[in-house]
Amino acid sequence: MEKFTTVTGVAAPMKRSNVDTDQIIPAVYLKRVTKTGFDDALFAAWRQDPEFVLNQPAFAGAQVLVAGPDFGTGSSREHAVWALRDFGFKVVLSPRFGDIFRGNSGKAGLLAAQITEEDLERIWAAIDADPGAKMTVDLEARTATIGDLQVAIEIDDYTRWRLLEGLDDIGLTLRNEEAISEFEARRHKWLPTTLPIQ
Amino acid sequence: MSTQHDVLTHDGARPRTLAEKVWDDHLVVKGEDGQPDLIYIDLHLVHEVTSPQAFDGLRTADRPLRRVDLTIATEDHNTPTLAIDKPIADPTSRIQIETLRTNAAEFGVRLHSLGDKEQGIVHVVGPQLGLTMPGVTVVCGDSHTSTHGAFGAMAFGIGTSEVEHVMATQTLPLNPFKTMAIRVEGTLKPGVTAKDIILAVIAKIGTGGGQGYVLEFRGSAIRALSMEGRMTVCNMSIEAGARAGMVAPDETTFAYLKGRDHAPKGADWDEAVAYWKTLPTDESAVFDAEVFLDADALEPFVTWGTNPGQGASLSGVVPTPAEIEDPNERSAAERALEYMDLQPGTPLKDVAVDAVFMGSCTNSRIEDLRAFASVVQGRTKAEGVRVMVVPGSARVRLEAEAEGLDKIITDFGAEWRFAGCSMCLGMNPDQLAPGERCASTSNRNFEGRQGKGGRTHLVSPLVAAATAVRGTLSSPSDLDDIAVPAGAIAESMDA
Repeated sequence: MEKFTTVTGVAAPMKRSNVDTDQIIPAVYLKRVTKTGFDDALFAAWRQDPEFVLNQPAFAGAQVLVAGPDFGTGSSREHAVWALRDFGFKVVLSPRFGDIFRGNSGKAGLLAAQITEEDLERIWAAIDADPGAKMTVDLEARTATIGDLQVAIEIDDYTRWRLLEGLDDIGLTLRNEEAISEFEARRHKWLPTTLPIQ
Repeated sequence: MSTQHDVLTHDGARPRTLAEKVWDDHLVVKGEDGQPDLIYIDLHLVHEVTSPQAFDGLRTADRPLRRVDLTIATEDHNTPTLAIDKPIADPTSRIQIETLRTNAAEFGVRLHSLGDKEQGIVHVVGPQLGLTMPGVTVVCGDSHTSTHGAFGAMAFGIGTSEVEHVMATQTLPLNPFKTMAIRVEGTLKPGVTAKDIILAVIAKIGTGGGQGYVLEFRGSAIRALSMEGRMTVCNMSIEAGARAGMVAPDETTFAYLKGRDHAPKGADWDEAVAYWKTLPTDESAVFDAEVFLDADALEPFVTWGTNPGQGASLSGVVPTPAEIEDPNERSAAERALEYMDLQPGTPLKDVAVDAVFMGSCTNSRIEDLRAFASVVQGRTKAEGVRVMVVPGSARVRLEAEAEGLDKIITDFGAEWRFAGCSMCLGMNPDQLAPGERCASTSNRNFEGRQGKGGRTHLVSPLVAAATAVRGTLSSPSDLDDIAVPAGAIAESMDA
């Protein structure tokens, strides 16, 4: 995974709450067996509306999505993260995230960071005042800056560290191989296996 | 668990909740300095949609699948529910299914394919095989994995990167959850079911209310539920934002499990039960949050909007957004009513539907089908309404047919389908047309969830059945004035 330090790019406002992962990527696009090429599927239904925010020329090439509360609720589909990433987004800011979406983001190099509802309104106002303005998100300093406005972003220490270092989770876990084997040796003998019953 | 988890001792000195006990018993490495804990996974359920990229990852890194004996796969999301003996018509769906078959064969994973008697929705298959049991950890690349918490298991949905992680290591790095007690006390009125409980819980705490929590459903109304009812409740925990929901194991749990294919046998059974009895939350344990729901006051519940928290009693009316205080909720309600094409103040029972979907991992088990059949028996479906009944697994379908439920359902005028996720998610051929309105026993009423432009009202199997009879959102009590022709019941049961 690529190391994440600072991103500077156009910030697009998503002025809706409860943007579920079915909206981020409808199920019909989940049939692919690859991990890339989902950019056309991002917000597929909403993008048909010419008024939709990502269809506005000011927000072309946006890298930061600033969304209402409860972004990424619903289905566990990691395709939602891949679609945002393939479209060009590096960061999503929201006051609250669906738990699974937030976890998936960290695994795929997308920064999903929390901001307060007050800061959300202030950022939206800043974008409204200057559509297409660039925002700088600094993961090291935990800040997001647009124009004169700087706000704090929140992310758990472990995900931040992994993003900053670009670390692969599985490699990290396999350092505990001995502990995993020891645990396996002490599991209850009656626990089920999926092997066919003879 | 949160901060309390840090001071937790393993000698049981501090009173603990069910969730904390299961967590502690699966701790491989305790995280230090802000690192997550490493948790062992007892059962990994796999399906075709969220696994291909994970298998690919293993191949690329030349890593084996660590515990094929704790992994099981089924085909459900993409599969058609008609003509299952024919090749899948949609080429991309077919490739995804074929990819799962190739991957399962290559890595040695047990797979139940379309046409197999154990095929079905992944969350129906696990419990019916006896693989889901109290105190185990269960994951699957599907958010409705929370279903399995009904057994007192800790079960949650994961993304594809985590699927690969479990395949490679049989563990997951996880930050401890907080715990929330959802106490439901009292007795449900006739016609009120597990589905109404969970829809009311979500309406009460909101779609984000459970974020960061494991929910424990407690209280007399939960204890009185069957295992299948408990599965319905836990299934939709994710719709309240919680990755997992749990119910403490009790005699109902043990009776359901005993004798199932993979349940412990003989002396192992006794040992397992003795362990399971240690799992319920200690009397003086403290939850991070508590919510109370009065079961006596509950009525059949239905959603009017485009997220599962936008619901109301069926006897009520479509809400007026202008009366909602929170600005985010108000604008969400305005958008929802526009999408749903509903007018504020309309009695919900006046809302006419085009389709009724009876199925999904929320409500497709044998008791759900029995409940549906008990209402439609001897009646004829409303004209112009399309009614689909989709059992959750091939085994449930066979069981229903042995009881004659298929006959009751087809006599009613409904379609009797093969097992799968079907119209829950607009991924396979079973979809709503744009603008169509559906009363659905599934779990999500998101925009376009059941097909682009489709409109979904989430309901219980009893409400689905009564709605299919009248053609407008209804509960069984609304059918009192629509008499069942004399002799019709006996006739169908004999058939």
